Amino acid sequence: MSDYVPGPATRATIDQERPVLSVRNLRKVFGTQVAVDDMNFDLMPGRSLAIVGESGSGKTTVARMITGLERPTSGTITACGRDRSKPARRGKERKARGREVQIVFQDPYSSLDPRQSGAELIDEVLRVHHDHSASDRKRIVGELAEVVGLDQRQINAMPKALSGGQRQRVAIARALATDPRVLILDESVAALDVSIQAQVLNVLADIRDDRGISYILISHDLAVVRQLTEDAIVMQRGIVVESGTTAEILDNPQNAYTQLLRASVPGPGWKPQRMRERLLGTAAE
Amino acid sequence: MSALLEVADLTVTLKMDAGPREVITGTSLTIAEGEAMGLVGESGSGKSMTAKAIARLLPKGATTEGSVLFDGTDVLALEGDALLKHRAQVAVVFQDPRAHINPVRRIDDFMTESLRILDDVPKDKARAKAADALEEVGIDDPAKRLRQFPHELSGGMLQRVMIATALLSEPRLLLADECTTALDVTTQAEVMAILDDLRRDRGLSMLFITHDLELAGAVCDRTCVMYAGQVVETRTAHLLHADPLHPYSAALVQARPDITSTSERLVAIPGRPVSAFEAPSGCRFAPRCPHVQDACRDGEQVLLDLDGGRVRCRRAEDLRGTLLDGAHV
Repeated sequence: MSDYVPGPATRATIDQERPVLSVRNLRKVFGTQVAVDDMNFDLMPGRSLAIVGESGSGKTTVARMITGLERPTSGTITACGRDRSKPARRGKERKARGREVQIVFQDPYSSLDPRQSGAELIDEVLRVHHDHSASDRKRIVGELAEVVGLDQRQINAMPKALSGGQRQRVAIARALATDPRVLILDESVAALDVSIQAQVLNVLADIRDDRGISYILISHDLAVVRQLTEDAIVMQRGIVVESGTTAEILDNPQNAYTQLLRASVPGPGWKPQRMRERLLGTAAE
Repeated sequence: MSALLEVADLTVTLKMDAGPREVITGTSLTIAEGEAMGLVGESGSGKSMTAKAIARLLPKGATTEGSVLFDGTDVLALEGDALLKHRAQVAVVFQDPRAHINPVRRIDDFMTESLRILDDVPKDKARAKAADALEEVGIDDPAKRLRQFPHELSGGMLQRVMIATALLSEPRLLLADECTTALDVTTQAEVMAILDDLRRDRGLSMLFITHDLELAGAVCDRTCVMYAGQVVETRTAHLLHADPLHPYSAALVQARPDITSTSERLVAIPGRPVSAFEAPSGCRFAPRCPHVQDACRDGEQVLLDLDGGRVRCRRAEDLRGTLLDGAHV
């Protein structure tokens, strides 16, 4: 689909046998609240991992720590063999991290600059991160637009002229512009209409197949998790309660909370039940 | 079952800066006493505007054509006390409870306001009624909750407060507009169970607006699918999944990922959903429809009766049973 050649962080240095992202004993405390406690996982190149949980489970805090938006209280995060648990001390280091991990947020209405077109946004990212000529940058903008399924008019339009699904494609193209090894999708398809969500999920699957990129999908939507990921971690109030392959977790959940999550998803023959108190006790609210 | 609500050929036009914009075109639906009707559609389909027209909550300057009959009364002509009475009988629960509650007043004040002001119920008695209603929606220690402020309650708890408040006026029809969309999935199941119980215990009719076809299928008797301001299909809820009549309903069923299996590719619908005022003439779904023929683009499509359902597609009978095959190119 695209012959976009990666920038200075060359792909040859990436070992296919070693995790592209490792998290060890990760912990985050806000005041007296433990948001994330003792989290561990490895993400292999080209694999997709879901972090599943409800509000307050700590899943977004994990994403924010990996991208450097929050500083871990303790524990380590290693991406492409380099530690990123402490804030970057220099701009050069910060930029290098931006070429390793990128993020697409949930709300495409608040995550784009209203005065910048998609093409300008991507061009800016390319200028900051890579040493391309102006004509190369123009070519890459065009290629990235094609990858996410936007035409020339759309990629050059201001965000207000785009629909939610189109904006989210711009946000994905922006994240891909640094040629990251890991893309974090923080509820990135949750706000989209069903018909648009399917389009964006297909685009994401294509990108992964073409580029060997790894995804971390932060989501509460188990059907989306099933569609896009191979592995999953279930979090409840900051603690990992279950992890394994996505298929195992959804078909045969072991933990009581995972069972509750699974049973709460409407489907054929589903009847809503007041299960929450019964399974989780009164601490649920 | 007799019809409690009859919406017939309803067209709503909003007054916008850019001129009048039609948001609903000729919508018709009926809800029987005690029936739960799902109303499904994507952004701009007109599902929320339909609910607003029924509750007489349309924005200023909106004009309506057609009729809305509630228990035989013409809703669109109501004024003054009769309108207040109508709004007591038709309660609405919206998506975001925090946007519909005064953050600086206690739950107590919010819940009892209309009882005290409209019905002159003494404060103690109003509070007791509010506490009972909270208990009915499964909230423990209602006395404590009544003393709290909205920010002290979780989203799921607050949505239950909204439902309990809606119940205080003893409504006969509940309009639930994406009322579980912002909730966690376990809380959603909880709130749906409460609504289901209420419907059974009180014989409440319900219009359940959602973008989630599966949820509508699980809790409603019938489901109505809207696209670009029109009803395109009305069908028994569980049949909509297995045997949809309209290509758009089928496309919605297929676009949604399946929790029990991974598909190689989702069957996405090309293009984006449109609103009534930007819809093409002829069949409004035609530009996105895999089964479109030239004739579909000529002339308005009408709702046809087919196999106990209604469908707005001239090819519905031909396409019967083939819509979910997937291989439609």
